[in-house]
Amino acid sequence: MNKTVNQKAWFLVLPVLILVAFSAVIPLMTVVNYSVQDTFGNNQFFWAGLAWFDDMLHSDRMWNALGRQLMFSAIILAIEVPLGIFVALNMPKKGFWSSFCLVVMSLPLLIPWNVVGTIWQIFGRVDIGLLGYTLDALGIDYNYTQNTLHAWITVIVMDVWHWTSLIALLAYAGLRSIPDAYYQAAKIDQASRWAVFRFIELPKMAGVLMIAILLRFMDSFMIYTEPFVLTGGGPGNATTFLSIDLVKMALGQFDLGPAAAFSLMYFLVIMAISWVFYTVMTTLDKRDGK
Amino acid sequence: MTDTAIPEVVLNTREMTIQKPRTTSKRMRPSGGAVVMGLYLLFLMLPIYWLINMSLKTNSEILGAFSLWPRNLTFENYATILTDPSWYMGYVNSLIYVVMNTAISLAVALPAAYAFSRYTFMGDKHLFFWLLTNRMAPPAVFALPFFQLYSSIGLFDTHIAVALAHCLFNVPLAVWILEGFMRGVPKEIDETAYIDGYSFPAFFVKIFTPLIASGIGVAAFFCFMFSWVELLLSRTLTSVDAKPIAATMTRTVGAAGVDWGVLAAAGVLTIVPGALVIYFVRNYIAKGFALGRV
Repeated sequence: MNKTVNQKAWFLVLPVLILVAFSAVIPLMTVVNYSVQDTFGNNQFFWAGLAWFDDMLHSDRMWNALGRQLMFSAIILAIEVPLGIFVALNMPKKGFWSSFCLVVMSLPLLIPWNVVGTIWQIFGRVDIGLLGYTLDALGIDYNYTQNTLHAWITVIVMDVWHWTSLIALLAYAGLRSIPDAYYQAAKIDQASRWAVFRFIELPKMAGVLMIAILLRFMDSFMIYTEPFVLTGGGPGNATTFLSIDLVKMALGQFDLGPAAAFSLMYFLVIMAISWVFYTVMTTLDKRDGK
Repeated sequence: MTDTAIPEVVLNTREMTIQKPRTTSKRMRPSGGAVVMGLYLLFLMLPIYWLINMSLKTNSEILGAFSLWPRNLTFENYATILTDPSWYMGYVNSLIYVVMNTAISLAVALPAAYAFSRYTFMGDKHLFFWLLTNRMAPPAVFALPFFQLYSSIGLFDTHIAVALAHCLFNVPLAVWILEGFMRGVPKEIDETAYIDGYSFPAFFVKIFTPLIASGIGVAAFFCFMFSWVELLLSRTLTSVDAKPIAATMTRTVGAAGVDWGVLAAAGVLTIVPGALVIYFVRNYIAKGFALGRV
């Protein structure tokens, strides 16, 4: 759609601007403020320059948390994206079963995040949980609170359970928007199932898939509540992701300076990666002539 | 050349019509798709079923014998929650701030989304991305500053504080979704209305809003959802009066161990509101998640 130039449109955006400035800019400035100051208590602060940033850049703790975070995001994207597409391809096209699948698939998305953690915490317990009990009965020594590998697998399965539906729903919406004529043309060309997927379905889904990946990346990078409830970041620090570490530092130990510096760098990493996604997305939008 | 090309097309179309009965007969037996979906839905439902199963058992049964369904069906756990104000007020508190947040988000997002979908103005693209960055902001980063900000203006432990804090990620989301839906409405409608003498507010309320009603519904649903599922900020900003249900649930861990039955019942009750609203927007869910861009 060709838009008209109208500077007065700013007035329409103004309420959003004021609200978001209040709820985002002011707190963010507080963080910036903390990140360059130090205190000996009594609310007396003095200038610390970039010392905290320097500290954090050389702290193993942050690099380890970042490493775990990147690994977690990479693993869940690698599982959820193909699985989501696969599920979307197999969903019923219309009628009662289509609505039924949509509603059931959306259910995990609407459960409060700490309840998601609780559900899996119970589900995985060897004494009272179906999953833990079954694995135990099969002779597998499963214990997600003690064993690092088991903790990781449980957290990842939980995330796959929680969010794969989001990717499936988006991919499904993308598939629904493909006109029948494309499939008929493919049939005339006697295209294989793979060719149909590769040259018709995948390109047509590209736009929504980018959104799905962007959303999943952002949310998995900020994940806090679910693993916190499930494993509490343990065993040891094995599942302490960035947000968990940050909350520990800021609210637990009240190390405001380092926590603030940490926050800003954390935010910048997310922003940088998301900007790449966003640019790709808008380019795709333009190519489709939207 | 053209003489040979035409019969080829005819041949292919004929082949397609011949193929048709074969595909329909294929549909008679259970297809691979149904099996895949069955397995996937089973995977989704099992943990939820287990929670419901536990909520209908007594604690001694939960810890005593392992059973796939409740042997002594009991609604005791639900009764505990629904009769104790310190429990059910958690749900009321959550619902209050979620509804407030949805109303605020939509009120400010509607005009902004209209501006983004219809006009170009100085800095619009940067502003749009800046809004998106707020959706990306980890709540963990904002927890402490929010606590200090709302404490200093005396809003700590009020519903409006949580509602405003959740605007951080819900307003950008609402703007995005609404902008996507508004793009789909042809601009000619606006122009015609202005020629007919409608003022901007009159046009917006009487003509434009009904046209994007489904978009507003979806945006409201998403604001509701993300405000409902969030815990970190709502827990940080409240202590007693506005404590959300998600935080109340930690009460079940007491000196005598965990009250599993009540915990499970509380969990089941948090799923109910989502399950109710989802039914109404089921056909738009995907479009909403795609931020209106399908």
